[in-house]
Amino acid sequence: MNQINDFAFKMGTVNGTGSASANSILMQAIFRMGIPVTGKNIFPSNIQGLPTWYEIRVNKDGYTARPPVIDLVVAINPATYKKDVATVRPGGYLMYDSSWPLPAELVRTDITILGIPFGQMCVEAFQRDRDRTLLRNIAYAGALAALLEIEMDVIHEMLHEKFGKKKALLDLNFTAIRLGYDYAKANFACPLPFHLKRMDATSDFVIMDGNTACGLGAVYAGATVGAWYPITPSTSLMEAFKAFCEQYRVDTATGKNKFLIIQAEDELSAAGIAIGANWAGARAFTNTSGPGISLMQEFIGLAYFTEIPCVFFDVQRVGPATGMPTRTQQGDLFSLAYASHGDTKHIVLFPCNPEDAFYQSVTAFDLAERFQTPVFVATDLDIGMNDWMTRRLQWDDSYTPDRGKVLTAEDLEKMKSFSRYLDVDGDGIAARTLPGVHPKGAYFVRGSGHNKHGAYTEDSAEYQEVLDRLDHKLRVAADHVPAPEFHRQPGASVGLVSLGGCHAAVLEAVDRLRDQGIVADYMRIRAFPFADAVKTFLLQHPNTFVIEQNRDAQLRALFAIETGVARDRMTAVLDYGGEPLTARVVVNAVASHLDGARS
Amino acid sequence: MTSIAKPQIRHPGLLKNALGLTKQDYEGAMSTLCAGCGHDSVTAALVQAFWELDCPPHRAAKMSGIGCSSKTTAYFMKNSHGFNSVHGRMPSVTSGANAANRELMYIGISGDGDSLSIGLGQLSHAIRRNVRMLYVLENNGVYGLTKGQFSAASDIGSTSKKGEANVQAPIDPCLLALTLGATFVARSFSGDKAQLVPIIKAGLAHNGFALIDVISPCVSFNDHEGSTKSYKYTREHEVELTSADYVPLRSAITLAEAAKNETDGPTTVRMHDGSLVRFRNTHAGYDPTNREEAWLHVRQCQKRSEVATGVLFIDESGQDMHAVADTVSTPLADLPYSALCPGAAALDTLMKDYR
Repeated sequence: MNQINDFAFKMGTVNGTGSASANSILMQAIFRMGIPVTGKNIFPSNIQGLPTWYEIRVNKDGYTARPPVIDLVVAINPATYKKDVATVRPGGYLMYDSSWPLPAELVRTDITILGIPFGQMCVEAFQRDRDRTLLRNIAYAGALAALLEIEMDVIHEMLHEKFGKKKALLDLNFTAIRLGYDYAKANFACPLPFHLKRMDATSDFVIMDGNTACGLGAVYAGATVGAWYPITPSTSLMEAFKAFCEQYRVDTATGKNKFLIIQAEDELSAAGIAIGANWAGARAFTNTSGPGISLMQEFIGLAYFTEIPCVFFDVQRVGPATGMPTRTQQGDLFSLAYASHGDTKHIVLFPCNPEDAFYQSVTAFDLAERFQTPVFVATDLDIGMNDWMTRRLQWDDSYTPDRGKVLTAEDLEKMKSFSRYLDVDGDGIAARTLPGVHPKGAYFVRGSGHNKHGAYTEDSAEYQEVLDRLDHKLRVAADHVPAPEFHRQPGASVGLVSLGGCHAAVLEAVDRLRDQGIVADYMRIRAFPFADAVKTFLLQHPNTFVIEQNRDAQLRALFAIETGVARDRMTAVLDYGGEPLTARVVVNAVASHLDGARS
Repeated sequence: MTSIAKPQIRHPGLLKNALGLTKQDYEGAMSTLCAGCGHDSVTAALVQAFWELDCPPHRAAKMSGIGCSSKTTAYFMKNSHGFNSVHGRMPSVTSGANAANRELMYIGISGDGDSLSIGLGQLSHAIRRNVRMLYVLENNGVYGLTKGQFSAASDIGSTSKKGEANVQAPIDPCLLALTLGATFVARSFSGDKAQLVPIIKAGLAHNGFALIDVISPCVSFNDHEGSTKSYKYTREHEVELTSADYVPLRSAITLAEAAKNETDGPTTVRMHDGSLVRFRNTHAGYDPTNREEAWLHVRQCQKRSEVATGVLFIDESGQDMHAVADTVSTPLADLPYSALCPGAAALDTLMKDYR
């Protein structure tokens, strides 16, 4: 088997000991060698002392999903030795810290065990306890460089960029890298059968996480007000927005800020602030995760019923309740699609990676103002917090924000009077005014029953007229939200449907299924409510598999509710343990279902 | 129905303000509150204050939550923007609106249920954020719209209409605001328009969060013998610590005169827009610019079963939310997109950092 530029390795370490920085150096070095690479951080909800893993997949064909197989494990954390050694494929390798005798639980006869005395070498080489701990990680990176042929020049260049201004620190890191590198060279046959070879396949790409992309998207969309309450895995989105605002949004003449970020007392308040700011005419957003979405429900209903635009980023994590805050899931589909009490329905966008998240973030602000309604950008922890090799982001300077139907002072001046909820154009969207613009534009926003003029009502017919128009508006929106993406093949016998962070694994699964003779068409859902093309695809494929990361097959249920396609016509492929999806899960589920159907 | 239009018959001789508007122009829909409700008196005071301040109605935003008090935003300034949001959450919506457009005049109307129970967190944090707004807390010590439950402002021993006595300690919004660092804290009585109107005007001129706790009796559920928020009880126990006089910037002569008096003592405060608030201390030794003493005085009044009223504390040196955030003077909502988007070239450059 040719495993040049096609393998995966995994580090099992203790969080808070500096392994994250060594792991990211490894991933980035491979990227700079022009080789497609993916990093998945499987980390605990904890600051220091608990097990954490980092998986790096190298793939010359550009598959970026979580690796289905692990070829090499670096076992640094004794607490997880047993679990870690079990994940090595037969014939693979295990690297451990041989400062201590080989523990019995690491012994496996079908793999090669590489012992390197990282602890002992670091104690001898470094004086301070802190350095001895932190630099052990850099030492294993050095050993991997020797075993996998990561170019030392690239690593040196990166260490220079990172520590260039701190000579002492730079020297320590150089020493540590050499410790691991030299030991591996002297004691093992380097390189291993699977290793790296420089390519030129990453020049159109960058390494970025989805939260950064969303924060950047909000800046490019022209958002000026951000409100939030800290919550994993969404926090870094607002941190990114803040950093980009500090970079791009400080008035050069006055030094004053062209943005205002409010860390609210809770998610309810964050939603209220974002809605209030949108009402007053700014582009504003809030970012949160499932528990925050639960808390925001009442406000979401208010924005829907009073028709105030607002963008919500939901970086989904494992629920219910506190769930597993540092693990990924797509469990919020129900609570987003129909958020809040009463009859509601909302626009939800499902980016599949950081690149898509950047562009869809901008789209979200346009849709929110065009349809004067809440819009959710539903990513997940995998997209939001993991480093993805994603296409270089580009911007079209001819873009102008779609502010929707907003009456100007001139418009109002010409009007005899203004009624807030009149559907003049037949698309369900009534023109709005912004406070302070013109005396004729003043109206009363009320979450209570109102008629098409915006006046309070308890009259059934008047109330229903408004509610029916809202329904019509969301139906119109279905044709304006991002259309589904189709990957069709001639002779396809099955249909795969998925969304969000599952995309990379499903794309890979389509290829692996084809290797087995199963030809599949694939539809990636990009938004809710669904366009007609979604129903057509489902009807065209009697053998449809709906792949998603939750227990209750929420996407499949939404299809049944919204398209009328019978639930049982669609086979649910569910993976909801909290880790990013692999192609193997999809392939096995589809293949075994088809086998079962045949026998 | 909570909004019934009023007949639009005008007396030709009605007085007009500097904008050429009559007091009627500052009225709203017909109140649907109970006859004699204290809230309607507050509404009348608000109409008077906004009319006297020559406020263009469409430059004011009336914000509220849910409850009898929150309904009153519909009963004044019909030509202003109104926002009846969700229960206890008006402060956050106002914070956001103010973040987007700092130039509008924000007036929040809330009640003791809306502010001190479901919305206690939002009130507290709007104070901490120092959002520039006038926050009128129409305090009747009872849940009116749900028919007579005790609120968090009910005094221990105060009885409900059915005779049940309240056993939980009340939250005093003024003490709370003083503790949280509010820079304008006042208390008044809906039945005392002469006191309330200048306080409202001073609160609107304040450069930050201005709280006015207005004791506003509920004639249906909390105006009986045994209630400590009744007209009778409040009239008998009101102790005016300060009597405020608001001197607007535009009246040059009065201002010059007032400025002369500024040297008299700590009782004249110059607001950030140049207008003045003059205090006549009706209570010996009361200094409305000393937070610690203000707190102590209010507590001492409470111990004597007195309701301390007037501007209890004022500090014009504080920084509002925008000053703290160091935002541009143009409302964020008015910034053109070209001033907000970094553009394609910047993105190309930025991408190098992610390689």
